[in-house]
Amino acid sequence: MLPTTRGAFALAAGAVVLALLPFMAQVYYVELATTALVAAMLALSLQLLVGCTGLVSLGHGAFYGLAAYTVYLVTPEDAGLSIMITLPLAVLAAGAAALFVGALSLRTRGFFFLMVTLAFGQMIFFIFHDTKLGGGTDGAYLARPALSLLGFELTYTRRQRPVFLYYVALVQLVAMYLFLAFLLRSLFGRVLEGIRINEHRMRALGYDTYRYKLAAFVIGGALAGVAGHMWAMHRAFVNPEIIGWHRSAEALLMILLGGLQSLHGPILGALAFTGLGELPQLVGDAKPFARFFSAIGLADFGLRVQALAERKLLLEGLVILAVVLVLPRGLAGLRWPRFIRPAFGGRPAGNERVQP
Amino acid sequence: MSFAGFLAQLLNGVQYGLLLFLIASGLTLIFGVMGIINLAHGSLFMVGAYVAFLTTRAVGSAWLALPLALIGGAVFGALLERGLFRHFYRRDHLDQVLLTFALILLFEETRSILVGNDFYSVPVPAAFDFSVPITAGFSYSAYRFAVIAICLALAVVLFLWIERTRMGAIIRAAAEKPEMVDVIGIDARRVHMTVFAVGTALALTAGALAAPLYSVYPGMGDGFLIISFVVVVIGGLGSISGAFWSALLIGLVDTLGKAYVPAVAGLAIYVLMAGVLIWRPTGLFGQRG
Repeated sequence: MLPTTRGAFALAAGAVVLALLPFMAQVYYVELATTALVAAMLALSLQLLVGCTGLVSLGHGAFYGLAAYTVYLVTPEDAGLSIMITLPLAVLAAGAAALFVGALSLRTRGFFFLMVTLAFGQMIFFIFHDTKLGGGTDGAYLARPALSLLGFELTYTRRQRPVFLYYVALVQLVAMYLFLAFLLRSLFGRVLEGIRINEHRMRALGYDTYRYKLAAFVIGGALAGVAGHMWAMHRAFVNPEIIGWHRSAEALLMILLGGLQSLHGPILGALAFTGLGELPQLVGDAKPFARFFSAIGLADFGLRVQALAERKLLLEGLVILAVVLVLPRGLAGLRWPRFIRPAFGGRPAGNERVQP
Repeated sequence: MSFAGFLAQLLNGVQYGLLLFLIASGLTLIFGVMGIINLAHGSLFMVGAYVAFLTTRAVGSAWLALPLALIGGAVFGALLERGLFRHFYRRDHLDQVLLTFALILLFEETRSILVGNDFYSVPVPAAFDFSVPITAGFSYSAYRFAVIAICLALAVVLFLWIERTRMGAIIRAAAEKPEMVDVIGIDARRVHMTVFAVGTALALTAGALAAPLYSVYPGMGDGFLIISFVVVVIGGLGSISGAFWSALLIGLVDTLGKAYVPAVAGLAIYVLMAGVLIWRPTGLFGQRG
């Protein structure tokens, strides 16, 4: 799960690149990057369950969405509260919901667990979708939490806001990564790993695996709450879509895309997935298919292909299919081609052959 | 509320429960035999509903929709098994989840390309477009009676098929001990394809029957998928009779709840599920252990 020394340097370099991004990119892309960082936090919090403990949950998005709604519910209409109030409350709400859902669903295993987490996640979705508690199906706007700490407030102008929020998200993501890295090195993390590999053995060793799994589920849910809180802060808007189970499935996809075997995989996966989501927009602006086919005299056909290429779900579905069919170890499992690898001083190829 | 009103809600609940059974039985069969959870099962239901909508629009009556959904569903299911699912039986849960999630997105987008994103109502077949008088002041929709009858007939056929035929015996054996089925020389691939075809046909049929009752709309499969999961969890995974009784239970609780205590009805089935999980985590009809 944890990187090697060289991997840690690569990650640090990646963090530096991310930290410099606002100096290089336009505002639109800074905001997009913030969206990607929030997705990375969600995927990272889910990795504690999926990659570390071996629990595939489809209800994770519910804790994320619940945290975002908590920010909306505690914030008065006119002015934002301090982040020192909203963040703990959002995390607390997400963690409490995770405790309730986890305590029940962890009584089951495998696919049963998956179905139960999905059903309870949808229960939380329907609470906000069907009642007027959080603006119903239309969603609601909220005042952003203020960056204030012990009476000292960090203020920013409207123009500076995207960059400020980007750094707030980046700091939280880095903190979450370090926290999880620390957690996985501890005895607790080792036990979770043992549960993933062989739960019976861990029980035979005397560990109460239910409690460990529940603890992991609650920590994961609370961390998803951090991501949800950041989402509310980023968008200043909540709607039921952020609670729905499609969000959970997307987070699973980010993990698979990035690789199950590492803690940085979900971050890579989230960045790749968010970038991918922009593709139909770019294709829609540039219209490459329409141009190409009209150039070779098939204008009508070109327009159809163009219309298909701009469909987001189609692209997303096809990419998922491609990933599960071709890339079962994710992007993190990608290696340099054999003839380049020795130049990078990589490990001998034989050691990393994919297990059938 | 009056007694007649109560009776109507009771019948509505039974009819809803039986529709849920058609969806949930396919889910539970496919899981029981192949060990795969099909998140796209709700989308198959949606496909059935749109088949009914499109045939009604093209032919002018929904008569053709039912056989089309049943036979077309079986063929479609067999093709899906052959082309995709077969390669995923031994894969990780996560891969199966994402495969079927990808199918949901592709089904939804295909629907959006072909039909668009509007709500459409589907007319009730003309032959059933009347009410059956039951008492002096109360009559009930003939179409809903027809749905109840068709669902019950399909349920009986399904039970007989599982309990009384050779294929059914193999399916029960495969659900119990898949290795044994291989060892005694039965072609497991044919069994898998059959089970998938039957499950898909049932989901499409449920969709075709539901279209005149609930209209057709984007994402309609999602809600039914989640409720079917609740049905399967309460009934016990892999158990057909469990799915039947728990589908009826959920149908009645949900319908009566929405009629009499609408404020909390949305939560009722989840509370029921939580109760079952505390009391018997393997489901009411699942095996203990």
